[in-house]
Amino acid sequence: MDMKRHYYEDVELFKTNTALALTVLFLAALASIPFLVGDYALYVLNLIAIHAIVAIGLNILVGYTGQISLGHAGFFAIGAYSCILLMVKAGLPFVLALPAAGLIAAFFGFLLGLPSLRLEGPYLAIATLGFGMAVTQMIGHSDFTGGHMGIHAPKMSFLGFIADTGPRQYGVIMIVAVVLTLAAVNLMKTRVGRAFVAIRDSEIAAEAMGINISWYKTLAFAVSAFYTGVAGALMAFALEHVSAGSFNLILSITFLAMIIVGGLGSVMGSILGAALLTYLQLKLQIIQEAPLIGPFLIEISKRYFTTEGLPNIQSIVFGAIMIGIVVFEPLGVHGIYLRCKRYWRMWPF
Amino acid sequence: MALLSIEDLWISFGGIAALSGVSMVVEKGKIFSIIGPNGAGKTTIFNCVTGIYRPHKGRILFNGQDLIGKRPHQTARMGVARTFQNIELFAHLSTMDNLLLGRHMHMRTGILTGALLLGKHSPAAKEESAHRERVERIIEFLEIESARNVPVAALPYGTRKLVELGRALAMEPTLLLLDEPSAGMNQEEKRDMMFWIRDIRDDFDVSIVMVEHDMNLVMTVSDEILALNFGVKLIQGMPEEVRNHPGVLEAYLGRD
Repeated sequence: MDMKRHYYEDVELFKTNTALALTVLFLAALASIPFLVGDYALYVLNLIAIHAIVAIGLNILVGYTGQISLGHAGFFAIGAYSCILLMVKAGLPFVLALPAAGLIAAFFGFLLGLPSLRLEGPYLAIATLGFGMAVTQMIGHSDFTGGHMGIHAPKMSFLGFIADTGPRQYGVIMIVAVVLTLAAVNLMKTRVGRAFVAIRDSEIAAEAMGINISWYKTLAFAVSAFYTGVAGALMAFALEHVSAGSFNLILSITFLAMIIVGGLGSVMGSILGAALLTYLQLKLQIIQEAPLIGPFLIEISKRYFTTEGLPNIQSIVFGAIMIGIVVFEPLGVHGIYLRCKRYWRMWPF
Repeated sequence: MALLSIEDLWISFGGIAALSGVSMVVEKGKIFSIIGPNGAGKTTIFNCVTGIYRPHKGRILFNGQDLIGKRPHQTARMGVARTFQNIELFAHLSTMDNLLLGRHMHMRTGILTGALLLGKHSPAAKEESAHRERVERIIEFLEIESARNVPVAALPYGTRKLVELGRALAMEPTLLLLDEPSAGMNQEEKRDMMFWIRDIRDDFDVSIVMVEHDMNLVMTVSDEILALNFGVKLIQGMPEEVRNHPGVLEAYLGRD
């Protein structure tokens, strides 16, 4: 067992050398992937990284602060459109447009956070739902944002470096994802993160500690929206084209599903949940190609649904997996990870 | 010098008068107890002082400043800390984190400095370490070392009460409001609590107002006592005076 010699060791990012080594190894693996796999795999990893950023942001709001949002697709859209419009119409370079897009989303998050001071639970869910739908409608009907057709995203560029190939795009997105992940881990360990958790656990006690809960609740919305906005901007570059229709309610709920399946109140869980659900969604699209069960599923969909019934099967399988995880491990994938870790520590007992 | 003075406090809930014209004066550095049967309005006084309730009439002066109309987080920042009758801890956090939340208003780290917790010499790390040291002293004082890294939901009742007391102490208040500090404790723990309350007053330089049902504890540690019944003040005085006051005897034992 390692003894602590300084209080700093309690909040250190890497508490043990093993943790540091594993992280370095993981980052090295991330860095070497573009040399090993093709563009489609990189595209999948990009989606996972982007969804992980959203999931971390949403978890800060839902898992840590105990508020709810069904409108995060709105922030995702605001981030995507702001970044493109700032670059295309205002001529801002990518390095400035990306954080600016996050800040614009954060500003809207702050505004949406104001009703959260009076609303709780289901009522807040409906208010945020309304926000998400309103954003999509407004973007879809404005000529400035390209209307229903959407707009085309320019390439990410940085001082002459242009992310025009798969590996380059992957590099930029991964760097942003890693930086934002580390920032979230640190933030949640220090004063502001603790105040968020305090509000979740007991508002009355949090106020008795001198925490201005109105301020911290709106702040949680703003931070959460910042993460989602930045992720939305990256998504625009990964897809090269955005249209308002894709930022719908289903997307907001998928984000929520990621953090519930991954584990509420955990950065690690957010990443695991985002990875699992993104991967599943992509894989389920080609479920008919699965060995053994593929032909069987096609047969079922032909018999019980329409001939084009495969999407139904996808939804059913997707839903069943989510129900399974939540029923058997309420802490989500992160809970499974913790259990394995404990088993390993205690082994062979 | 009067640290807390309450003058003619009135509050009612839906026609039921919880406090009717209650006045009390707490001197600096004293241990002050509020006693009375259930529903007498003891906790209501705490809720008025901390800003959870807004009284209909009356004045609450703390260090010369009026507390009426202040929100709970503002009264906390002015130096009023409290514990709750039914223990309000941050259940999923460890004892250490609960106590560090008591340090919240003395800390400065914001979003950016917090996110940039990189290395031993970053501002966030320095602040965190400095406040951990103070929290460690409180943990030592209350002898809850073994609970340091345990989520408080997993702690036994008596220990949770101590953690809540520790969290209030971590706020470095001028006035500490204890709502039934010995409720649910056994005789030995009650005796410890008696010593702690005195030690806290002496070592931490705070004045204490407590609501308590254990008369042995109240009569032993209190400098002054306020007795209430149905929201009406019966008497404020020394333990001996209160013990023999006919109104107090009647409230507790009934009339023959």
